[in-house]
Amino acid sequence: MSKNSFVIAVYVENKYGVLTRVTSMFTRRGFNIDTLTVGETESPEYSRITISLSGDQTDRGQLISQLKKLYNVKKVEVITADKGIRRELMLIKVKNSPENRADIKDAVDVFKAKIVDYSAEALCLEITGDTNKVDAFIDNMKPFGIIEMCRTGIVAIERGADSILSHEE
Amino acid sequence: MRLSGAEIVVKTLIEQNIKTIFGYPGGTVIDIYDQLKKYEGQIEHILTAHEQGAAHAADGYARASGDIGVVLATSGPGATNLVTGIATAYLDSVPMLAITGNVGTTMIGRDSFQEIDITGITLPITKHNFIVHRTEDLADTIREAIRIAKSGRPGPVLVDIPKDVQQKTADYEKAEPVKIRPNRPADDAVVAKAAKMIADSGRPFIYFGGGAVRAGAGELLEKLADKIDAAMGSSLMGLSEVPTSNPRFLGMQGMHGHYASSKAMHKADLIIAIGVRFSDRATGDTSKFSSGAQKIHIDVDASELNKNVETNLSSACDIIDFLKKLIDAVDEKKRPSWMAKIEKLKVQEKEFDDPDFLPEQVVKAASNITTADTRCVTDVGQHQMWAAQFYEFTDKRTWISSGGLGTMGFGMGAAIGSAYGTGKRSVLFTGDGSFGMDMNELATAVTYNVPLTIVVMNNGALGMVRQLQTFFYKKNYSNTTLNRKTDFKLLAEAMGAKGYRATTIDEFKDVFEKAYNDEGPSLIDMRIDTDDLVLPMVPGGGTYDKIICERSDINE
Ligand SMILES: Cc1ncc(C[n+]2csc(CCOP(=O)(O)OP(=O)(O)O)c2C)c(N)n1
Repeated sequence: MSKNSFVIAVYVENKYGVLTRVTSMFTRRGFNIDTLTVGETESPEYSRITISLSGDQTDRGQLISQLKKLYNVKKVEVITADKGIRRELMLIKVKNSPENRADIKDAVDVFKAKIVDYSAEALCLEITGDTNKVDAFIDNMKPFGIIEMCRTGIVAIERGADSILSHEE
Repeated sequence: MRLSGAEIVVKTLIEQNIKTIFGYPGGTVIDIYDQLKKYEGQIEHILTAHEQGAAHAADGYARASGDIGVVLATSGPGATNLVTGIATAYLDSVPMLAITGNVGTTMIGRDSFQEIDITGITLPITKHNFIVHRTEDLADTIREAIRIAKSGRPGPVLVDIPKDVQQKTADYEKAEPVKIRPNRPADDAVVAKAAKMIADSGRPFIYFGGGAVRAGAGELLEKLADKIDAAMGSSLMGLSEVPTSNPRFLGMQGMHGHYASSKAMHKADLIIAIGVRFSDRATGDTSKFSSGAQKIHIDVDASELNKNVETNLSSACDIIDFLKKLIDAVDEKKRPSWMAKIEKLKVQEKEFDDPDFLPEQVVKAASNITTADTRCVTDVGQHQMWAAQFYEFTDKRTWISSGGLGTMGFGMGAAIGSAYGTGKRSVLFTGDGSFGMDMNELATAVTYNVPLTIVVMNNGALGMVRQLQTFFYKKNYSNTTLNRKTDFKLLAEAMGAKGYRATTIDEFKDVFEKAYNDEGPSLIDMRIDTDDLVLPMVPGGGTYDKIICERSDINE
């Protein structure tokens, strides 16, 4: 079984301490998470946690069944690459200079990124995409001098009309 | 009915058929204690010497009775003293409700006197825990806590109640005892596949554990074994679910398991694992563990499947339902050559047996005198393994021991709890080391005149660790020699219990007969040799083709 990365969406009750319960389980069971995002959902009762991690089938099975055991977890679903859309957002600050400015703008156009702040010393850029695209953009920016960057981690949703909350167990 | 939070707590417990609770008072639970006095006739509170003892008592109560155990403690040190007890219950999947007081909600987060984040501390050792912020939520939270603790794979649940939540009032309405969430029934396809694997197998071995005890699967396991001509063995936690006298049952397997049981499991071509978690004490090196055998694994908890050992067929479902369906689905079949092999293993095992081995004689003598329903409770160490190996179990739930956490100091509390859980005399096997950790609870046993016979297997050492030093640390006995000057007989008497002493098996038989028939608690200081060993032994991470059976198997 190969080690590969997978994305899991978890609906949890929107209650005090729930995120701690989830992350404490990861620590206790030794799961190494690549990214984790939390946010509101269509329902005020629930938050959605999106987790991406690398591991084999066994890790994946363990993670899912351990998550399902947590009392505040209502739904756990793997979002496979073919069935889902995965995105992350990055804000990145690179050095601005007359000689590089045009090249940076070209990259911004090709990657469909945006310049969201401008000063003589730095450009602040925003980009959305799947992890590969964001990684590639970072590689492009490296020669210009990255001052600071932050990524949100992956959010993912299934294609089609269903909500994972309505899926049968 | 408008009641204070504290009264709601007590009324909810009564409504949920909780008859006995164990605990220790303090400033943040004084309101609950106030109510316990009022409802004395309906719910009994046992005051232990230490909160840890109370937690183990609740645990022992649950293990012995199959019902939930309840413990109550104050905030801060009261709550932290529960931690080992909660962890012990968690690792052995024992249904427990722990209630703690906390400082008032406005005081939380200010490092107030005796404030501790007990829900934070117990997060990884509870099935779930709650902090109750509103008096209105108290009754339902306690009900839900009980339901969680008892459903599926049981475990401890903690409810933390700030003092002001106990003092404010809310409406209380009596409710029915909660219903346990039913387990998923067995899948027909899984049953069919299992039956096929059994039909294809020449050497089936049924391996069961604590999950089988929880489900009460004993008779069905025996029936299945008879029908398919299988051998049986259990983990430490599975003991007493099938009577020791069943000739198919080869006893506990694993690190200190019976030779025949471990070997048979190793030689089997099919392992039918029921309510076990393939703990490292049971498997040794998992990569080499019964690698030639097909494995079926059934447990209520899906997260146990393929966790420690990869299996060929696994399903998370109700064990009883699975076994019933499987028994119907399999064909009756005799496997004479497998049974002949098993008989041979039994004969080989007998060859290592030393009839003069005193710890074995002691456990067997006690076992002969006790009634079939007597709970055999242990602390942790060599004495625990000897009890597991040599006690003759007849009735279910008669084996009460800390398996997963291996908690020294479990015994006294657990034995008191199991006496309450059954209304019968318990027998505790402990060591001079373990008893040093829980002897304070002898005072509790005396106060409440608990029917309890304590056998201190006194070897003057932390025997189990010493044994490891003998085998693997060149007999460098660092800090494992006790030889304390404590006179356990006098100690027992000083605390108000009966005390006895024995040095030979004849003396032991004589005093055990008396101690077992005493009215309240009694203690026997049983002197044994410091160098007695627990054998066989598969060293941690070892393999089952290399079982150490005799002293001469190791290079001393
Ligand atoms: C609370 C706790 N501390 C330490 C240990 C490690 N340990 C396991 S067995 C053992 C020795 C037990 O000695 P004793 O109770 O005298 O029993 P014996 O092995 O001599 O029968 C120790 C120290 C433990 N299991 N639990």
